[in-house]
Amino acid sequence: MNSRDWLLWSFVATLALTTVLAGSQGLRLTRINLPYLVGTMFTPNRERAKLVGFLGHLVNGWIFSLVYVAIFHAWGRATWWTGAAIGAGHALFVLTVGMSLLPSLHPRMATEQKGPTVTRQLEPPGFLALNYGYQTPLSVLLAHMIYGAILGAFYTLPAA
Amino acid sequence: MTPTSNAIGDYAAIGDGRSVALVGRDGSIDWLCWPRFDSPSLFGRILDPSAGHWRIAPVAPSRTERHYIENTNVLQTRFDTGTGSLVLTDLMPVASEKEKERLLLPEREILRLIECERGEVEIEWSFEPRPGYGLGTTAVRRAGQLGFRAQTGMGLLTLRTDLPADYSDGRIGGRARLSAGAAAYSSLTFAADGPAALPPLGEWSRAALDRTVHWWQSWVASARYDGPCREAVIRSALALKLMVYAPSGAVVAAPTTSLPERIGGPHNWDYRFCWLRDASLTVRALTGLGYMDEAHAFVNWLLHATRLTRPELRVLYDVYGNPPPDERTLDRLSGYQGSRPVRVGNLAVDQRQLDVYGEVIDAVAHFVQAGGSLDRETQGVLRSWGEYICRHWDEPDEGIWEPRSGRANHTHSRVLSWVALDRLLQLHAKDHVRWAPAAKLAENRDAIRRQVETRAWNPALESYVAEQDGDRLDATLLLLAWYGFEPPDSERMDKTYRRVRERLGAGDGLLYRFNADTPGEGAFGICSFWAAEYLALGGGTAEEARGLFERLCRYANDVGLFAEEIDPGTGAALGNFPQAFTHVGLINAALTLSRRLEGETPMPRQMPEKREETESGQARV
Repeated sequence: MNSRDWLLWSFVATLALTTVLAGSQGLRLTRINLPYLVGTMFTPNRERAKLVGFLGHLVNGWIFSLVYVAIFHAWGRATWWTGAAIGAGHALFVLTVGMSLLPSLHPRMATEQKGPTVTRQLEPPGFLALNYGYQTPLSVLLAHMIYGAILGAFYTLPAA
Repeated sequence: MTPTSNAIGDYAAIGDGRSVALVGRDGSIDWLCWPRFDSPSLFGRILDPSAGHWRIAPVAPSRTERHYIENTNVLQTRFDTGTGSLVLTDLMPVASEKEKERLLLPEREILRLIECERGEVEIEWSFEPRPGYGLGTTAVRRAGQLGFRAQTGMGLLTLRTDLPADYSDGRIGGRARLSAGAAAYSSLTFAADGPAALPPLGEWSRAALDRTVHWWQSWVASARYDGPCREAVIRSALALKLMVYAPSGAVVAAPTTSLPERIGGPHNWDYRFCWLRDASLTVRALTGLGYMDEAHAFVNWLLHATRLTRPELRVLYDVYGNPPPDERTLDRLSGYQGSRPVRVGNLAVDQRQLDVYGEVIDAVAHFVQAGGSLDRETQGVLRSWGEYICRHWDEPDEGIWEPRSGRANHTHSRVLSWVALDRLLQLHAKDHVRWAPAAKLAENRDAIRRQVETRAWNPALESYVAEQDGDRLDATLLLLAWYGFEPPDSERMDKTYRRVRERLGAGDGLLYRFNADTPGEGAFGICSFWAAEYLALGGGTAEEARGLFERLCRYANDVGLFAEEIDPGTGAALGNFPQAFTHVGLINAALTLSRRLEGETPMPRQMPEKREETESGQARV
């Protein structure tokens, strides 16, 4: 594995993913705020949650990129479009499986069935995270494809 | 959809330091802009019957009494019907920083608690959000246990209630019968971030109420005032605090747009922005009551907001220091009781109002008098404003009343230019502002005085006049004593006061602001309080001042709030509501009167010596 490329480009790719989602939020395509979503697992304080969540999200970006790198190695090539394809698969997984599991994983997230309680007050994402806005699936898909495309374009497979 | 029958004074304000809602005597929230003061409205029934509302009230006719919970901005409306009594408590929850550390709180929330105190009461409620000043459409959809949701352009609205709800065609409402001891809760939240925080109802709502009451009461507890009409002064301070945008420290002039200066008339303006003049006066009033944090925040905001245009100051800014949007009319809205047009944005942003420099520098001087200190950057900014005034004080401007008819040589602007230079020299003399061109400032200050004393004094009228070489009067002339330009007991001030009373008096102590051709315009709230303060400063006896002040305080509505103007015939509130300017006038008059009654100097102007600097060499504001 090319550790230097992995560390650098997964960091850049995560920043790009975060930027695309933040931009989508700014353009009011979605309300999803990933740093806030992740950060509220650790603290209820809104501002601190965004900071903690941002750091947590960076770490997540590094960890998830290991899967991308493993696939690049398995396929024997890393290109922008293979990366984008993996990103699309990643986004579909996040939107379907990930989002449906989120209320069980997140200690402060309510469920659609019970509604908010004293300890669980965060709105659940719903199917494809549509609760966070109808354009959320598209934003998430685009962000992950860009994430994968960056990794695929710049990660160099070590010479055999 | 019927237009509101509420008079402007039939409303009360609730808020959270970011936005304000107006709640009518009929239990209807008819004005709300989220997420901040100048956002498009979600409820705008006060401006048009179809622009959205949220009403909870008894079905049967009722007698209504309302009040704020003591020393808070939590409103309670009591409805007495033939079958029982109901109390509706309305609030926008607030929390301390410590509480925010441990609690997950929504970005914005309105909480409505309904309790039946006696007998049995059938209530009816309806909820019709209409984003974008009622011009947009939004689909409200039922989301099971998550409540009713509406996605707006600004974010997600979620209504949660334990009242029975009928839902059809995007309209939500219903009826419920409450017996003595029963309670119901409704919560409306707003979220721009996903996931939204959705507070549960019941005990959690009670806890939010307790937190909010405690927060407001703690804030009031630090007020320093024990003079006449304390309740009115504290209510005014609470009203002003509602208009401070907490994240930036900016102060808006009023939380509404286009409530008319004359019912049916066209003088309808958008006041949801930060006028430097109004904000400076507001901060000075809050400083006088001992609220230094707000003064700190405002001075910091001022430095940030004016950075791009220095040394020129714009007349108004939005809460983050940006120019407000271009003024436009919303022609589809019928306006408050037919008062058209409804305007959003404000053209005054392009005006030149030279008095602003004096207001701002005077507010900073008061801040220093109250114990604040200025860092090097602030000193530099103050110097640049002083230099600007030296170059431009002798030029015409639009002046304090923002006429759209052109510029003139306003006495008030000249006097405030004098104030700017005078306060700068005082700050410089005590080393709060270093390296000021003192000789140049003094030379210009004295030249302004000479000009005002010769060209703004009309010997035929035996009065100062509103414009150089003119013959019109203006209530701002009463401020000549307040700013220390003329002694309050001087012959000229005495004659000017009498002439102002004679020409601008509206009866029962009220004053018009000027003799303009605006038939139907009301008496101007702050001008009336200026007269009381002039008497308290030494223009009259303490008892005269107190009598007038107490009489004016009675023009507040039933919960102690003032609009911009007062109809002299009926006492009704006119103009945007509640209006910071009027409450500022009340507080300043009260502070001056209180000092006079206690035998102190009514307007202390002693600039303290500069304190020791911090280790870093700068004592920042």
